[in-house]
Amino acid sequence: MSAMTTPLPATPATWKLPYRGTVAMACLIIAESSIFTIFVVAYLYYAGKSLSGPTPREVLETPIFGTICLLSSSLTVHFAARFLHLNRRSGFLALWFLTILLGGIFLLGTAREWHRLIYERGLTISTNLFGTTYYSLVGLHATHVVVGLIMLTIVFLFGVAGRVGHEQSGRVEVLALYWHFVDAVWVVVFSVVYLIAR
Amino acid sequence: MSSDAMILQNTGTASPPWTVTLHEWITTVDHKRLGILYVLYALVFLVIAGIEAMIMRVQLMYPHAHFVSPQVFNRMFTMHGTTMIFFVAMPVLFGFANYLVPLMIGARDMAFPRLNAFSFWLTAFGGFLLYFSLLGGSGLYGAGNAPDVGWWAYAPLAAKAFSPGHSSDYWTISLLVSGFGSIGTGVNIVATIVSMRCPGMTLNRMPLLAWLNLVMAGMVLIVITPLSAAQIMLLIDRYLGGHFFDTQAGGSASLWMHFFWIFGHPEVYVLIIPCFAFISEIVPVFSRKPIFGYPVMVGATVCIGFVSMSVWAHHMFTIGMNPYANSFFTVTSMVVGVPTGIKIFNWLGTMWGGRIQFKTPMLFCIGFLFQFLIAGLTGVMLASAPFDWQLGNSYFVVAHFHYVIVGGILFALFAAFYYWFPKVTGKMLSERLGKLHFWLFLVGFHLCFDLMHIPGLLGMPRRIYTYEPGRGWDTMNLLVSIGAFIQAAGTLVFVWNMIISYFRGKIAGNDPWDAWTLEWSVSSPPPAYNFTAIPTVASRRPLWDLKHPEDPDSRYE
Repeated sequence: MSAMTTPLPATPATWKLPYRGTVAMACLIIAESSIFTIFVVAYLYYAGKSLSGPTPREVLETPIFGTICLLSSSLTVHFAARFLHLNRRSGFLALWFLTILLGGIFLLGTAREWHRLIYERGLTISTNLFGTTYYSLVGLHATHVVVGLIMLTIVFLFGVAGRVGHEQSGRVEVLALYWHFVDAVWVVVFSVVYLIAR
Repeated sequence: MSSDAMILQNTGTASPPWTVTLHEWITTVDHKRLGILYVLYALVFLVIAGIEAMIMRVQLMYPHAHFVSPQVFNRMFTMHGTTMIFFVAMPVLFGFANYLVPLMIGARDMAFPRLNAFSFWLTAFGGFLLYFSLLGGSGLYGAGNAPDVGWWAYAPLAAKAFSPGHSSDYWTISLLVSGFGSIGTGVNIVATIVSMRCPGMTLNRMPLLAWLNLVMAGMVLIVITPLSAAQIMLLIDRYLGGHFFDTQAGGSASLWMHFFWIFGHPEVYVLIIPCFAFISEIVPVFSRKPIFGYPVMVGATVCIGFVSMSVWAHHMFTIGMNPYANSFFTVTSMVVGVPTGIKIFNWLGTMWGGRIQFKTPMLFCIGFLFQFLIAGLTGVMLASAPFDWQLGNSYFVVAHFHYVIVGGILFALFAAFYYWFPKVTGKMLSERLGKLHFWLFLVGFHLCFDLMHIPGLLGMPRRIYTYEPGRGWDTMNLLVSIGAFIQAAGTLVFVWNMIISYFRGKIAGNDPWDAWTLEWSVSSPPPAYNFTAIPTVASRRPLWDLKHPEDPDSRYE
């Protein structure tokens, strides 16, 4: 019944709504924050309540280098997206690759720490409450890093194939937003695990 | 033989073969088809979970009954609760949101059609997983059984030691999977409403249904995820030997309760807010008046959204919290009644002085208003900690929340079915059968759930599979069961009405109710692309402006 739609008023001159990708990523970040909140609450609630060792003070080593790498990857991904927005593709690819590299180094650091904890210190997820909450919280974050790295790598491969241009910069920025979130969560996880509940 | 082949060929050319149709429906990304799939899926589970409820009511009809064993009874209330909340109420409301939101805000589809399909199938397979436990609950022996830990699966009952086998794992994983589906839908609804509105549709001109679904979707993001997190923890406990809820290793059973109810209570509002949305659309149309107090309605909804996230521990008064927690959660639980009361006042204000048409959708709305008020009042009673210590875990609680879910949510849903069925199918539902359905269901509902409060007050605990005679519960339980059967009969009339009206109903036309929102401007059923040209709106009631160009709403807003 198109006849009914014609007398509707004319289109307003300016009608611009937020980009749906950004809105959706913001929603996803809200939802993910909620999941992390529950795990952080569990970690803090059980801090110091383990009935047996090892305790965090005995076994944890602060991963400063990995943290620096991960946090700086937020900068590189930001400027990579910026370069793409300005249509400077080689700069985008270089910084994008650097982001993946920094994220990879962080993940490697976590892997080495876990290896040390499991094989040298005998702390597994079933050892005590600390093990359960530590591996869950850090593992949940590491899972998000892995997912982020997979997505970053896919974009990188497309970029190398010459398929990522200026017109995709909106979408790339959405992915960058996710990566910023992964970094921001690490700030919280790092503070809780290595500083507050030590 | 050759003539048969001819006939088959003829029907084949008239409509595509069923395989093609099936393929189209399974691979669809159209918001209207996905909406219908959600609703049909929920209706199937409504019947299944309804049968489970009937089994429980037969068992409780008289003392010392042996209709089912205690074990089966436990499985029945677990499956009934889980199915009704996660695989009936959530999908049916998501289905309506999917179908209506893009049409009402003048969009051609949701913001992310493929995510939409993905979310639906996640939810669908979540439901199948839950029921697959009947086969796979004990591994590959093929003689599994349904989970029996209750819909809240309290620790340590859900721990490996007390719930061996895999039935609880099916429960966990099915809720995890369908939870991810819900998050996808939540993201999609928010993105659609924020980014896809047609020109001129400012937030202030959005239909209330879109506003309320926006609040609902926002809540889904924040409150479904704690359940997912808790399910992950439970899986870690059960499979990796974690100690989250293992009291022997210092874990806490009440932490599970907190995590569950941080999800569980706002979930009630996730379910009821879309129902408020239906009422807010239907009541004005059948009162022939615009909604009373639009901005207050929006404000009250947002307020409910926020406050409802700080009331969860009123489900836990009986576990023994400290007095500060008891006071805090008593106060917040009572405060949430204030914006809800404002909404009831506004609906009454809409009806006041209107030229009310008592069509079937309106009858269900009026039933909703009355019953939801009473459900709210028993809610305020239970919000008071000392009262709750007396009646927590009794049939009074069961009666209260069924009053909300059946008397509130289900009545609003029936209203929505009668109101939008003409738009979805192009056929009117029969008014005669609709009225029969309404009166049967109303009588059955009140017989069942009004009387259910009384055994609760007399001390009948919930989740018992049978009881001793002579405690004053016998007659009441018999009447409650009879009420349940009358409701089942009403539901059968409803299903029959939908089937018969789909094939033989009166042709609806574009706008059978003389309504004002955009979905009634397109044909029934709407074309795949919704709008030939994206509409432009200048007021909250674009179709009123169209029908009354001499006195448009846009002049006053």
